[in-house]
Amino acid sequence: MHSDRASLGLKIAAITGLLFLHLPILLIFLYAFTTEEKSYQFPPPGLTLKWFGVAWGRADIWPPLLLSIEVAAIATVVAIILGTLVSAAMSRTKFFGREQISLLILLPIALPGVITGMALRSAFSVMDIPYSVWTIILGHATFCIVIVYNNAVARFRRISGGILEASSDLGANGFQTFRHVLLPNLGSALLAGGMLAFALSFDEVIVTTFTAGQQSTLPIWMLQELVRPRQRPVTNVVAIVVFAVTILPILGAYYLTRDGDQTAGGGK
Amino acid sequence: MRDAPAILPDRGLADRISAALWRHPKIFLGLLLALPLLWLGVVYLGSLAALLLQSFYSIDEFSGVVKEEFTLKTYAELFRAQNLDIILRTLLMSALVTLACAVIAFPIAYFAARYARGRWKALFYLGVMLPLWSSYLVKVYAWKLILAKEGIVTWAADGVGLGFILNAVLALPGVGGNSLSTSPMGTFIVFVYIWLPYMILPMQASLERVPGSMLEAAADLGASGGQTFRTVILPLALPGVIAGSIFTFSLTLGDYIIPQIIGTSARFIGLAVYQLQGTAGNIPLAAAFAVVPIVIMLIYLTIAKRMGAFDAL
Repeated sequence: MHSDRASLGLKIAAITGLLFLHLPILLIFLYAFTTEEKSYQFPPPGLTLKWFGVAWGRADIWPPLLLSIEVAAIATVVAIILGTLVSAAMSRTKFFGREQISLLILLPIALPGVITGMALRSAFSVMDIPYSVWTIILGHATFCIVIVYNNAVARFRRISGGILEASSDLGANGFQTFRHVLLPNLGSALLAGGMLAFALSFDEVIVTTFTAGQQSTLPIWMLQELVRPRQRPVTNVVAIVVFAVTILPILGAYYLTRDGDQTAGGGK
Repeated sequence: MRDAPAILPDRGLADRISAALWRHPKIFLGLLLALPLLWLGVVYLGSLAALLLQSFYSIDEFSGVVKEEFTLKTYAELFRAQNLDIILRTLLMSALVTLACAVIAFPIAYFAARYARGRWKALFYLGVMLPLWSSYLVKVYAWKLILAKEGIVTWAADGVGLGFILNAVLALPGVGGNSLSTSPMGTFIVFVYIWLPYMILPMQASLERVPGSMLEAAADLGASGGQTFRTVILPLALPGVIAGSIFTFSLTLGDYIIPQIIGTSARFIGLAVYQLQGTAGNIPLAAAFAVVPIVIMLIYLTIAKRMGAFDAL
């Protein structure tokens, strides 16, 4: 039938669009092997593996990397706890103020990061809170809640209320039902949400610049290198690491939730 | 005859708590919501309140100390020519980026929604999702490499003998510059690239809801491809386009990393906020600047809601 085939023009436009989205990222991989240190010359005059060794040996990369992992890990744990609690409440019942709460959860990610960042900065300034790891975590956990929430609430919708009632009828109390029935059903959605939250926090730079003070996370380190480049290929190696740390969780989350009616990641 | 209780004997504290919560669902709901609401209420809404509060303070021009008295002076400063310039430039850029994203996103979303099946569908889904989620800074950095004077664009343009077109574009006043990576043109391209997936997803969702029978009916009634697009597809997909535009517009409005790394030194709202709170130490003016995108987005969201965009989210 005529309308079941895409026209050639549409196909070309769609595929060109997808290529436009992907080719730039591939270029990062090429540049990590270039022998040219001072400029972004294309094509690279030669290829070398030495920058991976140089990056490994650079002492200024490790503290930001570890700080980023620490912040992302703690923010993810906070987000999983808060996101699960609120999604449990939202999926069980209809109550007054439900719409407002869902807006409140969404707001930190819906408003531009600069507003969240500046708002936190103002609050720290008004209350004289000194910058620390915890001020960074505070900001990250706030915008990670929505990621866990989205995944958990979609799964709650799929879990039938019947199995929870069956569990009660068979004599399990609330805690046992949670442990033996709810958690196994919810597990993969929470894992997916947690991985996405980790990826989001690990990569976050805008809010972090307002809440970090003197400390630098890996994205802040990268930002400084972008503004004032030192060894450009080393930045490329770090970029590959950041890329891998953010892309593996999204692939994992996709794999964990692909059978569902709503796949993870739709609501970054 | 006495009724035997249909309830199991109490086995301990866990049972008693479960039973109590079962009997008082409102308390249970309250317990579930307490912690998340406390966090979001105190940390997030509290911070937004602090932002508003700060924006009504002012800075003493001689000592540079923040005066904690209510004043509208800081907001009045937004209307100085140089600050108004920043706001208008940001608005113009956001509008252009949103338009370009809509145009580029449409074929991808339309193809994915209507023609892609099975494995192609998954490919398109991941194809949009991976760039969306991969590191923001890495993507910006990739464009720094691409647009650099010695980079791949110049090389490719020279390679096929079209270097003169590139130079002509760069020579245009207002959009050109020394190289693409130091021109407003470059800023625009990178904005479009980074926010494109945010336009594709809601657009695709709304296009998937356009019934195929309507397109067939349009064809049966003799509409040409262009007419079908204008009178059937576009009106039905409009909520999705507007939903996507909320993201692209809002994200461009607040971004300050991209114009800092790629483009001229011309300031955008985000960059103004960052510099004012940092090096300049003028938190009240920075706060007032941050309120501007909030107000613009509130207006934008009100209009979007009237046009039914939230049904597509």
